[in-house]
Amino acid sequence: MTTLLIGIFLLSLLVITAIAIVRSEDLFSAVMLSGIFSLLMALNFFLLDAADVALTEAAVGAGVATVLLLAGLKLTPPTEAKGRSVGKLSVVVIAATTLLMIYASFGQPTLGDPMAPTQQHVAPWYIEKTPELIGIPNIVTAVLSSFRGYDTLGEVFVVLTAGIGVMFLLGGGRGKPFSRLDSDVEEGLSGHLIPKVMARLLIPFILLFALFIQFHGEYSPGGGFQAGAIFVAGIILYSLVRGEGLALSVIPPRVLLWMSAGGALLFGSVGVIGMLMGGQFLEYSVLADNPVTGQHIGIIVIELGVGLTVTGVLLSIFHAFAARD
Amino acid sequence: MKLLGLFNYWVFAVLLMIGLYALISKQNLVKKIMALAIFQSAVFLFFITMSRVDGGTAPIIQAGVSGQIFSNPLPQVLILTAIVVGISTTALGLAIVVRLNEEYGTVEDNEILAMDRES
Repeated sequence: MTTLLIGIFLLSLLVITAIAIVRSEDLFSAVMLSGIFSLLMALNFFLLDAADVALTEAAVGAGVATVLLLAGLKLTPPTEAKGRSVGKLSVVVIAATTLLMIYASFGQPTLGDPMAPTQQHVAPWYIEKTPELIGIPNIVTAVLSSFRGYDTLGEVFVVLTAGIGVMFLLGGGRGKPFSRLDSDVEEGLSGHLIPKVMARLLIPFILLFALFIQFHGEYSPGGGFQAGAIFVAGIILYSLVRGEGLALSVIPPRVLLWMSAGGALLFGSVGVIGMLMGGQFLEYSVLADNPVTGQHIGIIVIELGVGLTVTGVLLSIFHAFAARD
Repeated sequence: MKLLGLFNYWVFAVLLMIGLYALISKQNLVKKIMALAIFQSAVFLFFITMSRVDGGTAPIIQAGVSGQIFSNPLPQVLILTAIVVGISTTALGLAIVVRLNEEYGTVEDNEILAMDRES
């Protein structure tokens, strides 16, 4: 009951924040509000037992997305022009659809109903079979990387494609993805004492936490997607405080591109190796004599691939925005 | 009690429509991208709401504990990857907006359309 009430409180805050985002004419405050929105969303996910998703939303939504929007805002006008008059028809349509969806909700099973159709279909099979077939405690990771490895491979390529798209739009030409980042290197916030000291204290722990999330993802909430996002957050903090140039000398653009493509390639090649060893594409059981050990090896390697791609792509995107004037 | 259990769906409906409304009525392209993110988050909330089971816990098996109830891991897997894909599409959209701003000097869609019609 308490959880339900806390949930209702958080969801109400979520709606208020969303309205504030839409209403605010100052885009800077809208971006900040969208960070708060993501954080509230992460709390809601956590309340709804989705620890992995909450971690992802907090790292990606509240962390990386906010920074990217700010980086975009640096290059576009900071305020919204006075809005055009809203057509009455669109308000009516929106209101009617909202009411219709609320009306339809009365046919939905209530929150947490164990008899809901969602809980009856294939979910019990995955929960029951994971210990036996995969042998890792985190069922979300097991489904993500083994049972539904195809999906995840697809998602990794979507991320890679988006990264390539951003490089095409904002990059500076062949072999020089961030070429506009020339001699005039900004010093970042290094003139300010408090951010500098705080960042120096925080960055090693952020990076360490990212590695923990990456390699402990089978046993606790975590995995390649979250680890990549957290790692990127750490490096972005470094480049905000010490300047772009230093961050790029730590991880050069060439390395970033290799990470993006190499991660996806690593993932795909695990699948191909499985085929060469007599199994099917992305079947990890054949990778070792013991099927469960094979699953472990496969999952660790593909999670590494996911982590590399996410880190490479998100960091490349950040640098591509930051390098633009 | 029954009604409180539906609150998540109402919030889903309202958030979805706030996002759609902003997508239609706002002319600033950065704002449109944020609206798209709200719309997207609403769908995430809907999926995760469906995954919850009463008395359940996060789907991580603890050694030596039996008879645990787990929330449904499948919607969680879908949304986990969807969040990362979401940020990638947001970044791509933002990159297009930045390029538009460089070409047209504005990110308001009506002004861009007016310039296109003139030329």
